[in-house]
Amino acid sequence: MTEVVVTGLGIAAPTGLGLDAYWANTLAGVSGLGRVTRFDPSNYPARLAGEIRDFAAEEVLPSRLLPQTDRMTRIALVAADWAFADAGVVPADLPEYDVGVITASHSGGFEFGQNELRALWSKGGQYVSAYQSFAWFYAVNSGQISIRNGLRGPSSVVVTDQAGGLDALAQARRQIRKGTSMVLAGAVDASICPWGWVAQLTSGRLSERDDPARAYLPFDDRAAGHVPGEGGALLVLENAEHARARGARVYGVVAGHASTVDPAPGRDRAPTLQKAIDHALADAGAVPDEIDVVFADAAAVPELDRAEAEAITKVFGPRGVPVTAPKTGTGRLYSGAAPLDLAAALLAIRDGVLPPTVHTTLSERYELDLVTGAPRRADVRSALVVARGQGGFNSAMVVRAPR
Amino acid sequence: MAVDKFTIEDLTRILREAAGADEGVDLDGDIAETDFEELGYESLALLETGGRIEREYGISLDEDALAAARTPTALVDLVNAHLAAAQAV
Repeated sequence: MTEVVVTGLGIAAPTGLGLDAYWANTLAGVSGLGRVTRFDPSNYPARLAGEIRDFAAEEVLPSRLLPQTDRMTRIALVAADWAFADAGVVPADLPEYDVGVITASHSGGFEFGQNELRALWSKGGQYVSAYQSFAWFYAVNSGQISIRNGLRGPSSVVVTDQAGGLDALAQARRQIRKGTSMVLAGAVDASICPWGWVAQLTSGRLSERDDPARAYLPFDDRAAGHVPGEGGALLVLENAEHARARGARVYGVVAGHASTVDPAPGRDRAPTLQKAIDHALADAGAVPDEIDVVFADAAAVPELDRAEAEAITKVFGPRGVPVTAPKTGTGRLYSGAAPLDLAAALLAIRDGVLPPTVHTTLSERYELDLVTGAPRRADVRSALVVARGQGGFNSAMVVRAPR
Repeated sequence: MAVDKFTIEDLTRILREAAGADEGVDLDGDIAETDFEELGYESLALLETGGRIEREYGISLDEDALAAARTPTALVDLVNAHLAAAQAV
């Protein structure tokens, strides 16, 4: 079957804009968590976030795009530019039907929608932007990236919360196997605004602590929810033959994927995260021993941590594989999280180093080999990324070193 | 707003606020007879622009007439016709 490789990484994270800044900070264990600055969080039960602090859209995007884009779309457009540049690709030079765009989205453009709803409520319908018709929409990042770069290949959006980031990459792999040369895929989410915050609070999973070093502690006895963040990653996925023909640098191979949905609450059937991992390994033709690191979903909700630790332990054995969660430094980026983890996995393969989980002290309840405190040298040939979305979505993906 | 004249400068200001300006286009240049599409504005940009003109000048533009105004001059004339009608009342 057609081999699908990753040839470009576009990264926008609270711990760094651009691949090099993100990776250096991630290896150094830098945390991007802090008190929310994008609005006054004083009256909300959760007050910490992983914010991107130094993104000036008006300096990097044409003025034509500013009135019609939410923050998440602006960040995504720039991350897409970086991904193509990193892949050594000028999209306009490629046949327009050869390149698609497949993103995931957690909530759409909440901040844009909030502003227009405020205008509707306080001033009336004639004050609502015509661009509200699409600027809030889940699929808008795929659409705007396609339009800006003149891409007419298969394009879509996947909405499965945090798992969606991997599901979008898997959908990109499907399209490449069907004949598309290249797909820009991944996700950028950003909804740190009052309306987005209230929506996120309904999950009951947000940390209500005020100390950034003690707020998001997966696999820790003190785990009490997560800190939300903004950002993510967009990756250039490419037919391996196409990449070879143009002499592209290859980060790695998208070797395996599977997604599952948990049974409804109250049923006596078991959750299906382990099944997603098992099937992703099988899809990659890999045995557990071949996996050199697991990037965990790391929910930091005790029962979810337990379920993930059990699934990992059942597949790999007690402390059978290094596990890490660099998202402890960015907060959970919803759909953006797993593509960013996948980018980190490919950089771990490139550099032979595992980035640490920050802030967490591993609970004795979990039989995990959690990488904490400092990066760990390791020969990384294969990595597994795990992502779960609220509503029972599980997704797992295996990437391998290039041949 | 009590004004009797809507100018092309008013229009370019509102275009910039509503939809920005294409990088290859000088809105302060000689654009009076240039088709909006050539200036980089699609129908949604003109809908937003029309909405802002209505709000600012207290008039109501007919949708079909707005869509038929393909150049800055045509749109300025359309707005001025509405302003004149409003003042005649």
